[in-house]
Amino acid sequence: MDAGRGTGRTLYDKIVDAHVVRDLDGLGEEVLLYVDRSVLNEYTSPQAFTRLRAANRPVWRPRATLGVVDHVNSTAADRGALMPDEAGQTQTDYFARNSADFGIEKFDVLHPMQGIEHVVMPEMGLVQPGMVIAAGDSHTTTYGAFGALGFGIGTSDIEHYLATQTLVYRRLKNMRVRIDGRLGFGVVSKDLVMTLIREIGASGATGYAIEFAGQAIAALSVEARMTICNMAVECGARGALIAPDDKVFAAIEGKPRAPRGALWDQAVAYWRTLRSDEGARFDQEIALDASEIAPMVTWGTSPDQAAPISAYVPQPNGRADIARALDYMDLRPGAALADIPIQRAFIGSCTNARIEDLRQAAAVLRGRRVAAGVRAMIAPGSSAVRRQAEAEGLDRVFIAAGFEWRQSGCSMCLAMNDDVLAPGERCASSTNRNFEGRQGAGGRTHLMSPAMVAAAAVMGRLTDVRKLGARA
Amino acid sequence: MSFEPFIVREGLAAAMPVANVDTDVIMPKQFLKGIDRAGLDRGVFHGLRYDASGAPIADFIFNDSRWRAPRFLIVGPNFGCGSSREHAVWGLMQAGVSALIGTSFAGIFFDNCTRNGLLAICAAPNDVDALLARATEGPCAMRIDLPEQTIVAGDLKSRFEIEPGRKRALTSGLDAVGLTLEHRDAIAAFEAEHFARYPWIKP
Repeated sequence: MDAGRGTGRTLYDKIVDAHVVRDLDGLGEEVLLYVDRSVLNEYTSPQAFTRLRAANRPVWRPRATLGVVDHVNSTAADRGALMPDEAGQTQTDYFARNSADFGIEKFDVLHPMQGIEHVVMPEMGLVQPGMVIAAGDSHTTTYGAFGALGFGIGTSDIEHYLATQTLVYRRLKNMRVRIDGRLGFGVVSKDLVMTLIREIGASGATGYAIEFAGQAIAALSVEARMTICNMAVECGARGALIAPDDKVFAAIEGKPRAPRGALWDQAVAYWRTLRSDEGARFDQEIALDASEIAPMVTWGTSPDQAAPISAYVPQPNGRADIARALDYMDLRPGAALADIPIQRAFIGSCTNARIEDLRQAAAVLRGRRVAAGVRAMIAPGSSAVRRQAEAEGLDRVFIAAGFEWRQSGCSMCLAMNDDVLAPGERCASSTNRNFEGRQGAGGRTHLMSPAMVAAAAVMGRLTDVRKLGARA
Repeated sequence: MSFEPFIVREGLAAAMPVANVDTDVIMPKQFLKGIDRAGLDRGVFHGLRYDASGAPIADFIFNDSRWRAPRFLIVGPNFGCGSSREHAVWGLMQAGVSALIGTSFAGIFFDNCTRNGLLAICAAPNDVDALLARATEGPCAMRIDLPEQTIVAGDLKSRFEIEPGRKRALTSGLDAVGLTLEHRDAIAAFEAEHFARYPWIKP
């Protein structure tokens, strides 16, 4: 064995080791990796099925995969079965045909469990500790919150997965990010992960799987952990893991596809073993103190171009990337971040549109109104989240505040449907990427937590939510 | 055969030194609505190639008549970050790009390159700097020899490292799914043991 790994193994290494079908390079570095589950969407899967059809190959284990329509569908409150445009309709029609012909379960846009794939999979109980889950979407890292190794793959690898239930996989290095201390009032897991990305940069974890550990991580809910693992890909990580605990088991128990009875007991006994050994060797260790972290916003066009809300737009000081980002964002060096006006506010995405996110936003919005000139939208993470929010009366808070209460989908996180920023519009967004044009050509995105989006919507500018306070 | 094997290729190289070029920039969302791989060459770097009115931006390398369609791109660090969309790789290849040379690439994009026969070379920073300087001056004739793992551009000669498995895949161009299915019995045997050990996992 690789002497570098020593006697103690990391959680990542344990999960990979348990899924090696064949060693491909004689070193255990490149392996044929068994994949337990996948989820398909309508836009990255079509070409994989076309290749399977051309080669007349069946899907190895159709029941291991779920299809969910999420990227191109409408989020209008009164949406029907049709997609907003013809090309999207062609994609969902082909998705339906592929699911039917290859025997894969699919949630179409009107299915009661439809939603964003990474919200739906845990809701179904399909994400379980120790699993390997690869899917055609970079934010598959979300599943690390359950102690499952999730990672994104391209369409060629979707095809490889569907035909063989395996992937040709290169082992990653191990990084541990330890976050101790307590989060302050108004500071949430989004702020933790945005701080990490700013600290290590957009490629700081490229080639690594990150294990998150420490008191601050242990104190988080499973949903809050999902936000952290989700955005780990924004610093390059191809896997993010948190050792599963009782909170995770409680979040899985009773879900539609969770194990039951004797199998449940057997599963939990195994899941309790899923943690890094004492003395396991990490190639890189990073420590953060949660108590020093403030609400964060991005000012640039890469997720690592972020700062606490109390900070100022940076000076380029000869750095072409900063100058280019500020030019695109139309920001003046030295301006206070909290003075930046917005025209749009968006709460949604696989990063921050689960029920706890909506509760935090509603706590800010209760009894308040969206500022004049701001268009504000909420696209819940799933149809189940939407129903739960309505059962709690949150929809009435959002509507009274002037937010559009929409249906579920990826929506304006990447604007593949008709939810798009106009050129020059500036948006406070609970999503994961502030790339140029991400939310619409010429659109300007500021990433932040859902409560911070709510605060920005109310004030009409980027705002420190702690100064606004929550209303019970 | 799944793509044309990469052995020795020659052509003009262009410089694109910006850091963190993401796949949204390489292939914007409006080109992701197809169900096939065709027609993506017109989407590549669309926001950098055309202005809001649709007119070509003259000084962008893909519009500059000295290059027009560069065969090789010398790129900045973390090229291909962000979305998993393989459309970015399909589009680059359809636009004539055959290899990328940089210090680092984002993981999913890097794998997508290999699966399609696009050679992404992680080269030493000083070699990338030298090539960037050369390609920034103007069109730079370059020769990449994958079996020998060498890049030659005029008097600049450098060697690069590549994992043996990736080199084999790129120089063979063989269908990866077909190769894996040769081990179908091993997969089935693994699966039986996996489900026996972790029975709740069986879907």
